[in-house]
Amino acid sequence: MTIKEIEQEIIDEFEIFGEDWEGKYGHLIDLGRSLPKIKEEYKTENRIIKGCQSKVWLHSEVKDGKIVYTADSDAIITKGMVALMIRVLSGQKADDIVSAELDFINKIGLKEHLSPTRANGLVSMIKQMKLDALALSRSTNYEPPTKN
Amino acid sequence: MFDINIIRKDFPILSKTINGKPLIYFDNGATTQKPKAVIDALVKYYSEQNANIHRGVHTLSREATILFEEARKNVAKFIGASEEELIFTAGTTDGINIVASGLNLPGGSEIIVTEMEHHSNILPWQLWCERNNGKLKFIPLNKDGTLQVEKLNELITPNTKVLAITHVSNTLGIINPVKELVKTAKEKGLIVLIDGAQSVPHMKVNVQELGADFFVFSGHKVYAPTGVGVLWMNKNWISKLQLVKAGGGTIKTVSFEKTEYADGTLRFEPGTPNIEGVIGLAAAIHYVNAIGIESISNHEHTLLEHATKQLNEIKEVEIYGNTKNKAGVISFNVKGAHPFDVGTLLDKYGIAVRTGHHCTQPLMSCLHIPGTVRASFAMYNTLEEVDQFIEALKKSIKMLS
Repeated sequence: MTIKEIEQEIIDEFEIFGEDWEGKYGHLIDLGRSLPKIKEEYKTENRIIKGCQSKVWLHSEVKDGKIVYTADSDAIITKGMVALMIRVLSGQKADDIVSAELDFINKIGLKEHLSPTRANGLVSMIKQMKLDALALSRSTNYEPPTKN
Repeated sequence: MFDINIIRKDFPILSKTINGKPLIYFDNGATTQKPKAVIDALVKYYSEQNANIHRGVHTLSREATILFEEARKNVAKFIGASEEELIFTAGTTDGINIVASGLNLPGGSEIIVTEMEHHSNILPWQLWCERNNGKLKFIPLNKDGTLQVEKLNELITPNTKVLAITHVSNTLGIINPVKELVKTAKEKGLIVLIDGAQSVPHMKVNVQELGADFFVFSGHKVYAPTGVGVLWMNKNWISKLQLVKAGGGTIKTVSFEKTEYADGTLRFEPGTPNIEGVIGLAAAIHYVNAIGIESISNHEHTLLEHATKQLNEIKEVEIYGNTKNKAGVISFNVKGAHPFDVGTLLDKYGIAVRTGHHCTQPLMSCLHIPGTVRASFAMYNTLEEVDQFIEALKKSIKMLS
């Protein structure tokens, strides 16, 4: 699936909650719980994303020419958002990740988390994921997949 | 007469809704809301009274100067000081920086602060120490968050020159025994600064009785606008403290070779001051005086007790600094939940609390926690709001468990 297709899937999934924020956040918390955890050895200081009130560890690697992310957070709502970002971006091509607009966040009614005062670092998280994708795709042994 | 319904009507923002729910504002430790009297004073100033002060001979300037200096008198009176000892600053942080940079301490001096200080009362001293080969020492805390007062004596050496302590902990709400600490420090000849940012809004403060050399606080935490604060100094310091900022309005005569500075407080207020802020601060103090700081203090104490009692009944909640002598601040965590999660959900219920380290990272590392959820009260908060907060917290805990 493309990034856009996954975004749409998430929008549809959140639509059933309508204006019910408790349902929405309950779902986000559940997503956070289901997040496959990052390997313990990757929970290092240099993998912490700066600018988050809660801690977020992000590990990025290349598998079969695609960027694969694993991550964790010490806050469950943040973890839910991490889970959403991983679902959308992990396993995609670096170029697509870098150019992704990710407007699904707005559409599922979580745009408050994009505000700079929240300091939860969703903005920092997205930036780091894109930077990692760019850095990995520029490294010498990266070969973009020939077909999607 | 303390009438909560009348008071609430004086604060326009309290009729706002957040996420469709009436705003419950429990982030007063960060900044308080402003009464209409303060907002009106600002509008009136710019509509009818605006002129630069201490300069012009024209009527408007004269009147604005009178307003400004009247404000100094009234603010000074509010903290039991004389206006000759009261300097307007940009806020608490500004005041501490002016003192830390102006004391002219000998290189290698030691400065004592506490483990519960706000970063604002650590960093200016730390910076001085870095530049002057000084040493910063910390009075440790007991398990309940109170200061190990007796440790002060042990920390003092012949090189110790300054004690800088917070009157009330911004994170825990604990009221420190500052009189006792000042006494010990003074016996050893130390210079003492008290950070009153969190005490002035909540209790009667008399700087003469406290006996320190310097006392600082911010306007915006006591219902005044942002960007204005107070540095009180014992009158001996007015001529002694070195200037860190120089400029217009601080002088007697200036030539290309030499400047003769003005006497008194004006030499610490270079440039056009924050006139509107000072006028707003005077209006805020006037408002607080009309309600009565003791009544405010009692009311906040009732809220604190009510909140503490109910929080203690929730088994997942742990309160930090759960001691008797506290101002209207309560800091806690929900076991197994990050403070960010709790704060995010409370916000969805329309409740504004602060989460995080509250600019007290050393304190957080002492308590071995990443942060807390902090509810801090003001005169306009109600018992019903506390009940709604507890209800919302219980629902949040359910969602998070």
